[in-house]
Amino acid sequence: MIRVELPHHLRVLAQLSGEVTVEVTEPVTLRRVLDALEARYPVLRGTIRDHDTKKRRPFLRFFACQEDLSHDSPDEPLPEAVATGKEPLLVIGAIAGGSWPGLAVQADAPSAPGAGSW
Amino acid sequence: MSAVRVLVGTRKGAFILTADGKREHWEVSGPFFAGWEIYHMKGSPVNPDRIYVSQTSSWSGQVIQRSDDGGKTWAAPGGGVQKSPQGWPMGESNRFVYDTSAETGKPLTTHQFYDGTQHPWEFKRVWHLEPSLTNAEEVYAGVEDAAIFHSKDGAHSWRELPGLRGHGTGPKWQPGAGGMCLHTIVLDPKDPKRIYIAISAAGAFRTDDGGKTWKPINKGLRSQFIPDQDAEVGHCVHHIAMSPRRPGVLFMQKHWDVMRSDDAGDSWREVSGNLPTDFGFAIDVHAHEPETIFVAPIKSDSEHYPLDGKLQVWRSKTGGNEWEAMTNGLPQENCYVNVLRDAMAVDLLDTCGVYFGTTGGQVYVSPDAGDHWKPIVRDLPAVLSVEVQTLS
Repeated sequence: MIRVELPHHLRVLAQLSGEVTVEVTEPVTLRRVLDALEARYPVLRGTIRDHDTKKRRPFLRFFACQEDLSHDSPDEPLPEAVATGKEPLLVIGAIAGGSWPGLAVQADAPSAPGAGSW
Repeated sequence: MSAVRVLVGTRKGAFILTADGKREHWEVSGPFFAGWEIYHMKGSPVNPDRIYVSQTSSWSGQVIQRSDDGGKTWAAPGGGVQKSPQGWPMGESNRFVYDTSAETGKPLTTHQFYDGTQHPWEFKRVWHLEPSLTNAEEVYAGVEDAAIFHSKDGAHSWRELPGLRGHGTGPKWQPGAGGMCLHTIVLDPKDPKRIYIAISAAGAFRTDDGGKTWKPINKGLRSQFIPDQDAEVGHCVHHIAMSPRRPGVLFMQKHWDVMRSDDAGDSWREVSGNLPTDFGFAIDVHAHEPETIFVAPIKSDSEHYPLDGKLQVWRSKTGGNEWEAMTNGLPQENCYVNVLRDAMAVDLLDTCGVYFGTTGGQVYVSPDAGDHWKPIVRDLPAVLSVEVQTLS
């Protein structure tokens, strides 16, 4: 049983509270965990990784056992503590420096990104 | 007894404001989808209880939400509204995949980036949802990077209308500061095969065959920020409005300039007239008087707030050129908010209510076509879009 902690907005979207658990056959990899997660909660498809390329969305990160796994291959085995359910896999929304990563919204000027955004 | 339902998309969730036909006492519900950016929400004219919502986040991507009961309950329609036996929502967030099939003829792979280099198309978000005028299951989506998608199954699945990007001018399209977005979709009530769209910064386009082929309709537009000021494409059109009573007559708020076309966009002429500034985002047309139009002038492209700190809607009853400031009830000092392109709407009641939202979180209503204004709410998150449903 793999434990996964999702960020607040994704828990709300999937109508979940607290940790999620999914069953994954060995070897336990990030790809297999996310496959299992999306199979169980289809509303999460496209929210953690791209629908088609399966690339991690840029403002989400994967942590576990005090390590940043975001840039590891999704086919690498996860730490044993995650595979055995001792530690959760954390899906974390990037802090993004305290600014909105969406840059300008609904306003525009054909100049530099963000310029005159409001 | 008539009633109105105002659908407000904000930077941190959606809100629904309701009132009876007098539009004096308002009930506010929400936030729905709290914490997410709600770029747009719009109800079906066929079934007003069917409301589509663009819920988006730079962290978690795009979700389309749908209500079938006027906003009481919501579901992501990817898998219908069913829930699993455990109660989990089954709908997956919606996929917007650009058409790269050979059948599209000449699929585009790049557009112009901010620095003038070519850049691949990348889906970012849905800016605008336009429900069909005849079928509640049918809806169009305008997206960033600019393209138009179509759903025939209540937003369960989406297919690009690739003829727009296949037009061949894509390498000359460029993003505005808000991104390269298709933000305006206008459906012709008399000709179901005719659709108008607008893109920042590419310009306006029209299809007369239901979306198979498109032509740029920018003749008469002039823009200083492109090398050829009269170019076929590259113009930063901010919004287009059309009275359903008189299809073919279009009004445009361009980056600078308020424009008018009397021939379905084939040609445009400037009608800025005596406006104190003709920069702005929002424009709309009176529900019953096709020559009465409303704009919310903004100081300039580098200062996105009202002139002199005075929030003003300007109204023309002559289809442009002659404008009057409608300020009764609006703040006339120290007001530095913006009114974004999809944040103005009109209702269909006899006196034609006009509504707009601001980046300061206010939503204003004028129940008498601009003569008098009052705030419905003052302290919402920044308002991105306002739509109105007139209910009987």
